[in-house]
Amino acid sequence: MSLRILVGCKRAIDYAVKIQVKSDLSGVVTEGVKHALNPFDEIAMEEAVRLKEKKLANEVIAVSCGPAQSQDVLRTALALGADKAFHVEVPAKEYETLQPIHVSKILAKLAEQEKVDLIILGKQAIDDDCNQTGQMTAAVLNWPQATFASKLQLKDKEATCEREIDGGLETISIKLPAVVTADLRLNTPRYATLPNIMKAKKKPLKKFSPKDLGVDITPRQEIVKVCEPPKRQGGGKVASTEELVERIKKLGVN
Amino acid sequence: MFAIRNIGTKTFRLCRNLAQKNVANLSTSTDTINRSLYNFSDEEVQLKETVGRLAREKIEPKVREMEQQGDVLPEIRQLMFDNGLMGIEIPEEYGGSGLNFFSSIIAIEEFAKVDSVIGGLVDLQNTVVNTLLLHNGSKELLDKYCPRLAKDMIGSFCLSESSSGSDAFAMRTSASKNGDYYTINGNKLWISNSKHAGVFFVMANVNPSLGYKGITCFVVDRDTPGLTIGKNEDKLGLLASSTCAVHFDDVKVHEKNILGKIGQGYKYAISILNEGRIGIGAQMIGLAQGCFDKTIAYTRERQQFGQRIFDFQGMQHQISHVATQLEAARLLVYNAARLKEAGKPFIKEAAMAKYFASEVACQTTSKCIDWMGGVGYTKDYPIEKYYRDCKVGTIYEGTSNIQLNTIAKLIDAEFK
Repeated sequence: MSLRILVGCKRAIDYAVKIQVKSDLSGVVTEGVKHALNPFDEIAMEEAVRLKEKKLANEVIAVSCGPAQSQDVLRTALALGADKAFHVEVPAKEYETLQPIHVSKILAKLAEQEKVDLIILGKQAIDDDCNQTGQMTAAVLNWPQATFASKLQLKDKEATCEREIDGGLETISIKLPAVVTADLRLNTPRYATLPNIMKAKKKPLKKFSPKDLGVDITPRQEIVKVCEPPKRQGGGKVASTEELVERIKKLGVN
Repeated sequence: MFAIRNIGTKTFRLCRNLAQKNVANLSTSTDTINRSLYNFSDEEVQLKETVGRLAREKIEPKVREMEQQGDVLPEIRQLMFDNGLMGIEIPEEYGGSGLNFFSSIIAIEEFAKVDSVIGGLVDLQNTVVNTLLLHNGSKELLDKYCPRLAKDMIGSFCLSESSSGSDAFAMRTSASKNGDYYTINGNKLWISNSKHAGVFFVMANVNPSLGYKGITCFVVDRDTPGLTIGKNEDKLGLLASSTCAVHFDDVKVHEKNILGKIGQGYKYAISILNEGRIGIGAQMIGLAQGCFDKTIAYTRERQQFGQRIFDFQGMQHQISHVATQLEAARLLVYNAARLKEAGKPFIKEAAMAKYFASEVACQTTSKCIDWMGGVGYTKDYPIEKYYRDCKVGTIYEGTSNIQLNTIAKLIDAEFK
């Protein structure tokens, strides 16, 4: 069984950065701010590369949608073990309004073109926390989906997936081709070794535009306002449980 | 007391933010041309980020433990090899990473920010041992040792002895010829990384009557009979780095294990030290920066007299002065490294870089302890370790006075 795997790689603000809202409340500050490969996408990449090492897959393709800087995360993906990278170039202005609905159509088109057997995405991006792209991509392709995966096993043309759900763990079995979204505990990603960073230079990186793929990225949403959450007010101390109940009653909570 | 400890964990998260902001500006995926010394290639940027992450996530938590044990943990040594960090410039066909000299400098600096012992390990292996072999080794020696040095074997450079430090050519270790073998006798001292080294690059004199022109470099395997590793020096700093005596008692080495040509060892030593200097410069600026970053984060949290101690003008002037010195030191190191890469003359610049960076590191760490106050003096905080570790910087791989001599000689030559 030699699968072709497509992995979504989003360039998002690094998790350790202190986010600042722009003064015009139109979004967060991204200029000059450290970005990195979305941590869940890193986990997705790691899973794909491990499948290749187990000889269950023979090609891993990394895809990123975004402006020129998105190539940074594609280079990281190549250094982590992807065989080739696709950059779907979306100019900076239009990228601000790019939504999972658009990305899912782009990924679906590429998956069909490249005759991919498995799409592995991060469960969500840490900038918008949408948690939609994986689900939408599966729907566009009419493929089965296994989201919030914490364990993935492949046998013949079937995938057994353990999912982390609200009630605990759920194991499902789906037929390939399918979409899997990676959750935190699926694996621990590797560091890009220095020899691989050098090898990544020679790997192919192909550019597309959404138009080439026949996808319309006209925004369907308008961002009205982005602001910080209200500052946390200090709590108060009470002397006894009775006083606590009194206070709660006064606040109108039953 | 506990409130101070709470500042500790938060400040180190904050100083990670600081470090990361600087890296964002290095990316070359922009349209403007950057001719500053902070112009890194895409691979160099990737390397810096990867190594920085590895250092913070994998090595930083183990630094105290390694210092207390007086040794680098085996899993950390393995990590360095697995990530290609011990063969940075070794060509890919030997299993090395095939990168450039500046990549070694970046890696050394990033590791030294966290632990100058690891910075030193990466420095010596890449800028001294590997370079010595790559520049002067026969095909046979390259085929035999390059793959090992890249994959799992640490190398050690043996030059100094008890009666020859700065006066390196006064060495007494001798090598007498017997047919196609040489017999080495002598004692080397101050040999870094010797505890775990698998191969030793030994400078010995085959003909003392020729003076330094008899010095020859021998490649000696650890398991050669007669080679013993002596005691580990009980040092002020760099405690996790082994610094042992290496004894040679009738150690027989075949002549094909001579590196380069007989009697040229002195040239190789000088050449390697000129380059290795830049590596030490990188170690020192990394050490100083790591110490500085942690300290500034603290000064922005700690309050006295109703304000952050960072806000006192006296503090700000001292901090700015140190930051300027550190920036200047870094630029000297980067410039010397780029000159060497470009094949341009770099010896004067390298000497200046090592001299300045090591002196600046000592000043920086000393001021950092002042700024931290009492806690800077305790082992609960990492600052005092930087202070102890940096002192050797003005001594090894050419003392500050030797660097100044070298610089003066070159200045004199410029005016001929």
